[in-house]
Amino acid sequence: MATTICFWVFSSLMILSALGVILARFPVYSVLLLLVCMCCVAGLFVLQGAFFLDALQVLIYAGAILVLFLFAIMLLNLDPMRWTQDRARTWRFGGAVVALAFLAALTWIIRRAIVAAPVAGEMPGTVQAIGQSLLHEYLLPFELTSFLLLAAIVGAVALAKLKVRE
Amino acid sequence: MVGLTHYLIAAGILFTIGVLGICTRRNVLMILLSVELMFNAANLTFVAFAHQRGDIAGQVFVVFTMTVAAAEVTVGLAIAILLYRALKTLNADEAKLLKW
Repeated sequence: MATTICFWVFSSLMILSALGVILARFPVYSVLLLLVCMCCVAGLFVLQGAFFLDALQVLIYAGAILVLFLFAIMLLNLDPMRWTQDRARTWRFGGAVVALAFLAALTWIIRRAIVAAPVAGEMPGTVQAIGQSLLHEYLLPFELTSFLLLAAIVGAVALAKLKVRE
Repeated sequence: MVGLTHYLIAAGILFTIGVLGICTRRNVLMILLSVELMFNAANLTFVAFAHQRGDIAGQVFVVFTMTVAAAEVTVGLAIAILLYRALKTLNADEAKLLKW
């Protein structure tokens, strides 16, 4: 019962804040609403027993990625009028139609294709369980992510040092 | 009783909101934020299937997705700042240098 209430509270808050992200006028509000959305997703992770991922969600997304967005927004330091002008000539109706058609297709696929199999036993996503799987079965992809992060760091530094021609 | 379908529908709505954001907003930063929403929807789907099937692999893949999201945001924001330095705008419609 408590699980059901928590699911509805978290998911509705998640969807409302996600709508706020794309409807907010200024990017700082969007980033802060995305923070709410991330925390609700973290709550949904806990409801499904993914405790380690909940910590990762809060640490990486809320702690690192959104702070990076805030840095970028404050670094650019645009005047507020520019942000509102960027919205002026968007093709909103077409976007809404595309999104609704997409949602209808997704719902149709989910209702058609997903057979409700019984839950196959409790599987707590603790640090131990994820760590054992990560370092035994998925050792090679885990090591390859370090290359990805290295490439991202080198790419970001190279882009930051690039001289832009006028 | 909340089951797999509920989580999948919630993730689908979240993904659709991301698609809507990409279609309607023209600011590069807002497009990147919408991509983050879609990443989260995919993560939620992974965790929902991992919970239903009792398989830890779905949760392991969410760890990889988060790594990819962090790398993508780092490079994407660097490109956005470069775009602003070069064109003095963040509007994706005005970045049409390749359109010749």
